[in-house]
Amino acid sequence: MSALHELSAVELRRKVAGREVSAEEVTRAHLDRLRAVEPRIDAYLLVLEERALERARALDRSLAAGQPAPALAGVPVAVKDVLDIEGLPTTCGSRILEGYRPPFTATAVQRLEAAGAIVIGKTNMDEFAMGSSTENSAYKKTKNPWDPSRVPGGSSGGSAAAVAAGTVPLALGSDTGGSIRQPAALCGVVGLKPTYGRVSRYGLVAFASSLDQVGVLSRTVEDAALALSVIAGPDPLDSTSAPEPVPDFSSALAAGVEGTRIGVPWRFLEAGVDEGLLTRFREALAALEGAGARIVDVDLPHLPHAIATYYIVATAEASSNLARYDGVRYGLRAPNPANLAHLYGETRDRGFGPEVKRRIILGTFVLSSGYYDAYYLRAQKVRTLIRRDFERAFEHCDVVATPTSPVPAFRFGEKTADPLQMYLADVFTVPANLGGLPGLSLPCGLADGLPVGFQMLSRRFDEPALARIGAACESLNGVPAGPPIESNGRD
Amino acid sequence: MPKVTVETVDHVARLARLSLTDEERTLFARQLDQVLEYAESIQALDLEGAEPMSHALATGAFRADEPRDGLARERVLEAAPDAKDGLFRVPRVLGG
Repeated sequence: MSALHELSAVELRRKVAGREVSAEEVTRAHLDRLRAVEPRIDAYLLVLEERALERARALDRSLAAGQPAPALAGVPVAVKDVLDIEGLPTTCGSRILEGYRPPFTATAVQRLEAAGAIVIGKTNMDEFAMGSSTENSAYKKTKNPWDPSRVPGGSSGGSAAAVAAGTVPLALGSDTGGSIRQPAALCGVVGLKPTYGRVSRYGLVAFASSLDQVGVLSRTVEDAALALSVIAGPDPLDSTSAPEPVPDFSSALAAGVEGTRIGVPWRFLEAGVDEGLLTRFREALAALEGAGARIVDVDLPHLPHAIATYYIVATAEASSNLARYDGVRYGLRAPNPANLAHLYGETRDRGFGPEVKRRIILGTFVLSSGYYDAYYLRAQKVRTLIRRDFERAFEHCDVVATPTSPVPAFRFGEKTADPLQMYLADVFTVPANLGGLPGLSLPCGLADGLPVGFQMLSRRFDEPALARIGAACESLNGVPAGPPIESNGRD
Repeated sequence: MPKVTVETVDHVARLARLSLTDEERTLFARQLDQVLEYAESIQALDLEGAEPMSHALATGAFRADEPRDGLARERVLEAAPDAKDGLFRVPRVLGG
């Protein structure tokens, strides 16, 4: 029999709903697992042991009193520290928010908790979600559970490592340019970035508002679909949340791939992709083809410009969003400022790490007088061309498939000296954010002992296509075994 | 000829209210020049007929203009490093 921490969210919920096991036992089992593996993974910035146990007991009382079990009854979840929970610290991986306790709760978290999920902690991340390795956290280095000398990816590296290490079956993340899908790929778990607007951004600390989206990490496609059904839907507190009705994503899971069309931009995959990783990708496609899917070649001619476009648009928006960290309203304030200008400059110099400063400088530059037209305005137009590329491609296919990342998990420090090299690792993930499209990354085997991610993008609001083909892909490959970490907690 | 010099970084840092160390100024100038050199690829594209896209999804959603309660002022000020009498306190703005 599997240990509780090895079960999926769906299985745990079924056991709790059937009173086979209490929510408190489930929570304790995951907290035990967390204590055993966390010293070697460092996925969490905050563990909420007492709060979690209290809430689990309250749920158990309500179930004992005959109340119906909600959709995620007793399922332990982790929340990326970019999402607010009232009264608890939100750091966003930054010194500038040290000590900040928000007076509100993010809608996505509120919906998870209302559905009976038990938040057991907040996870590490690249500062302000800027990074692809979680090395930009001001607090700790999260290790990849598959190899502690390697990064977990980023920026939701803590959430990905937490799920991979079995401390939770489900975690929330945010994805501005791949920050859910890429760490999911590098840690061998499932990562789902919904359509822009599908999930409310209320209570999500803003990085690039036209690209940011809240999503989930899990070990099975079914769990991701279930969690999305809970957190999706319009929210009066976020005017960019979409009014689209929320389908039951789980109902698409069993449909199989017979008759679906999977587009692959082969021309775009020609260079720069790790060989072993590309082999796994081709095998996954072949398996889907064998199960009845049709593989078609699609052309997305403007994709080679996606990274440049993304890093102009995202940094421009970030430079504006991060103007609010001024030492006046929350978080850090530089001591003994001589005047207001000094307060701003010193607070921001002390509070922000190098990557955040670099992006503020780049974003301010592309918006500044004399450069706005050549960079920001131009990038916004290229964004339209990229969106149109996808619209044309989706006339010929239901999903566009690529590897999630061109490389498997890299070593600590391997890319930090050269920011451009780090940015280039986002080549397959940023197009979804530019187009506002949903994307799913799922494990498709190992290359040299490291997980490989298979990514699919679909039309806006067509997460059901991702769930359908994703579930088929998973059943062809099987849910992969977890990483080879020991669970006794003794080093 | 680099696009981004230390002087450019200084100018932009002033606009962004960022104090930088000498080391950061030189490093950022070099790194941002590399990034912009890479981003040159978009300069040659034909953008005729491409509208600037400022948002992934234009919902055009306007809510009804009705008054409603926001966050309580005391709750918001609790997060401030320095607040007094219902206001944020800041150092002197002029002179000093």
